[in-house]
Amino acid sequence: MTPLPLPELDFENRAFWTGGAEGELRIARCRACGLWLHPPQPVCRACHNTDIDHQAVAGTGRVFTFTVNRQPWLPGLDVPSVLAIVELDEQAGLRVFTRLVEVEPDTVAIGLRVMVRFEAVDDVWLPLFAPLEES
Amino acid sequence: MSGLPTVVVGGVGQSAIGRRLNRSPLALTVEAVLAALHDAGLSPADIDGVSTWPGSTARTPGFSGVGVWELQDALGLELDWFSGGPETAGQLGAVVNAYAAVAAGLARRVVCFRTVWESTAQSPEHRASIVGAGTGRIGGWPQWLSPFGAVSAANWTAMLAQRHFHEFGTTREQLAAIALTQRANAARNPAAIFRDPLTLDAYLGSRMISDPLCLLDCDIPVDGSTAIVVTRADMAAGLRRPGLPIASIGCALRSRPSWDQFDDLTTMAARDAAAMLWSRTDLKPADVDVALLYDGFSFLTLAWLEALGFCGRGESGPFVEHGTRIAPDGDLPLNPHGGQLSAGRLHGFGFLHEACLQLWGDAGERQIPKRPAVAAVAAGGGPLGGCLLLTTP
Repeated sequence: MTPLPLPELDFENRAFWTGGAEGELRIARCRACGLWLHPPQPVCRACHNTDIDHQAVAGTGRVFTFTVNRQPWLPGLDVPSVLAIVELDEQAGLRVFTRLVEVEPDTVAIGLRVMVRFEAVDDVWLPLFAPLEES
Repeated sequence: MSGLPTVVVGGVGQSAIGRRLNRSPLALTVEAVLAALHDAGLSPADIDGVSTWPGSTARTPGFSGVGVWELQDALGLELDWFSGGPETAGQLGAVVNAYAAVAAGLARRVVCFRTVWESTAQSPEHRASIVGAGTGRIGGWPQWLSPFGAVSAANWTAMLAQRHFHEFGTTREQLAAIALTQRANAARNPAAIFRDPLTLDAYLGSRMISDPLCLLDCDIPVDGSTAIVVTRADMAAGLRRPGLPIASIGCALRSRPSWDQFDDLTTMAARDAAAMLWSRTDLKPADVDVALLYDGFSFLTLAWLEALGFCGRGESGPFVEHGTRIAPDGDLPLNPHGGQLSAGRLHGFGFLHEACLQLWGDAGERQIPKRPAVAAVAAGGGPLGGCLLLTTP
């Protein structure tokens, strides 16, 4: 049981934080120019169109950077844990901040292929990532 | 910056600095402000402007606690202009705002301050500055970080450092030069918190906090307030100090304001602020005699060195290695007071304070051997970044 705070669900972020209920990582996307946007916004950063929807991505990507946190900042916080920024396959620079699971901290490297899995906490489905076993 | 009046720093002051001082942030602020006024040869009645960062609201325990209203009421100030808040180009944004007010003629003498009391404010259960802790739901930018456990700036900065190590081959031994140099400098600063010498072995053996950052890469929470007086050069006659011109300012943010979404995680907002700084002056990096660069985490100093062009992109590791270039007698003396890593986390303004003392030749035992004429000051990390150039008159 972690003491970590959960996000307040709002108009923009709900799809991202609850898509896991259907096993989907939903990312905002501009319907005019196709740019994927994260964190979700009500407008496209590139073309300023306001027709934004939230689409399911494949859920796969690579570790862009990471850190092994070893400090128990809060009572009950599990350490060590691997925090990461994952670049999703759909678009260069499309990044999601996350935590890696089912992996030995010392084996994590930039470039590691990972796949999303969800941890349900209250009304939020946290997108976590685990090493992708590719056949 | 032709066409604008010359704006100068006319005085600096600090409160006592230490751990568990058990004094209110307002008491610390008043002490620093009165010291700065005394330094400038002014009284509270002479002040018509106040500027502060981040304002009275504290994001985490001890992060602030004093804003414009609190100081104004405490000293009975009569203000024509005032500003306090967190949404600026880092902590030095308060100085940028003061500069703009004075240059525009909205105020004649502005006192700028930054007060922290994190040492006293943090209970034993909260040993660090953590964003988003507690049982309430969170919104805004922390929501993308804290739910995963990334509650500390140490985590966010570590990820930038990790990427820098990967892209440029930077090593812990090179990064260590920041902590080691600051500690050696702190030996000459009676107000510093940690003054015992540090070895590379001790650094490499020190406890890891968030890879690749260890305990010695993280600054020390303290209680303390720093204040400076900003005025116009043509109003500085008769003041106790010769005014130090603010020769250039860098406060640009032209990229995504985010710890994890910034396009180049090895440079941060410092890149945009530094580019703006050099575009507004004929001075060059080679003209800088002393560098006061943010070291809230050691890696941030490497990022500022590169952003400001003191070394090439990705070359900060070799630049600082062994500490030769950044020593007090080196090509680019760095943080002669010991930085936040050894002198305490005054959170931005300590660098400006030290720069002024060095330019005035008033830094005592830690005055750098080659009397400086140009100082570069930078504060902030991640999406926060602001920088200044100060010169002798």
